[in-house]
Amino acid sequence: MLTKRVKLRIYYLFFFIFVGAIVIFFVLKSLNENVVYFFSPSDIYNKTNISLNKKIRVGGLVKEGSVFKDKKKINFTITDLKNEIIVSYSGLIPNLFSEGKGVIAEGKLKDKKYFIADQILAKHDENYMPPEVSDALNKND
Amino acid sequence: MFKNFFPNKVLSINNKTLRILTFVMFLILFVGLISALFISPPDYIQGDTVRIMYVHVPSSFISLGCFAFIGISSILNLIFKIKIMPLMAKSIAPIGLVFTLISLITGSLWGKPTWGIWWAWDARLTSMLILFLFYLIYILVWKFTNNYERANKISSVVAIIGLFNLPIIKYSVDWWNTLHQPSSITLTSAPTIHYSMLIPLLIMLGGLAVYSIIIFLMKYKIELIKLKINKKNK
Repeated sequence: MLTKRVKLRIYYLFFFIFVGAIVIFFVLKSLNENVVYFFSPSDIYNKTNISLNKKIRVGGLVKEGSVFKDKKKINFTITDLKNEIIVSYSGLIPNLFSEGKGVIAEGKLKDKKYFIADQILAKHDENYMPPEVSDALNKND
Repeated sequence: MFKNFFPNKVLSINNKTLRILTFVMFLILFVGLISALFISPPDYIQGDTVRIMYVHVPSSFISLGCFAFIGISSILNLIFKIKIMPLMAKSIAPIGLVFTLISLITGSLWGKPTWGIWWAWDARLTSMLILFLFYLIYILVWKFTNNYERANKISSVVAIIGLFNLPIIKYSVDWWNTLHQPSSITLTSAPTIHYSMLIPLLIMLGGLAVYSIIIFLMKYKIELIKLKINKKNK
């Protein structure tokens, strides 16, 4: 039913799509470091060539009980449940910042375990529920 | 058979059908908005900010769906040269463009109170912006290329290249660390969004989908009439 020309066009097009997919795959793979919005504490722990002067973002969960506030400064620990980084920050914190929740800190590393942030972002997770349900869940824990 | 049958059917869609569809749309949107803005509960940490989601998520769905349609119809168009395919794709493009814009703007409005910033160059947001640019290029190619056959070919190629972007948008939140949260609704597992919020979301999706269909039918009809006029003039 398909004429020769139609078949030829199918081959061309699928060849084009196939090559395109491969090219995009390798481009994204090589750009991986730049595509990720933040590093986890484990990423930083495993990194060998770390530059302390470059601005980076570290993300994870705010460790429970790790938040210490005074008038000017806030200190807390970002954890990915394997490795941890202590973050020091002075400035506005977003409303959704709280213990046990996701957070992203932007700033510079002092060393592999200590991070000085100049911006804090709260990261929301994929869970949406009414307060009553959340309370009920917490009671069960 | 398919070729001759479909345009005539669309051309015979009269204003009565459109009026009924419009009525259905308003009905669904009314129910959807009431349940999204008043009946559904606030979120346990976001509070009332969560209500932006009821517009944001359906808009994103529709903008991705529209581009998927444009891309696939472009493939079929290049291979089989079906006359009505480019007309359908051309009619659906502005809808996708507008919904992408709505998705970007509502996302930004949500991002400020939630994350603390309006915009971030993370993978999801950036790939969504690229989708917006693809829509823009696609529409501009149709607008500024005078030769119909050439416009058809260039726009199809643009759409097929843009098609690669869709899986990147969809899976960006799983492949890389992003500021944007992962999907709450997936095909493989139970939704992580409470049903009292999921239902208004689905109603809103239905309402906006019907809206898209109405606009599509109106635009598609105009394109078909244009085609007939051009044929006569030749």
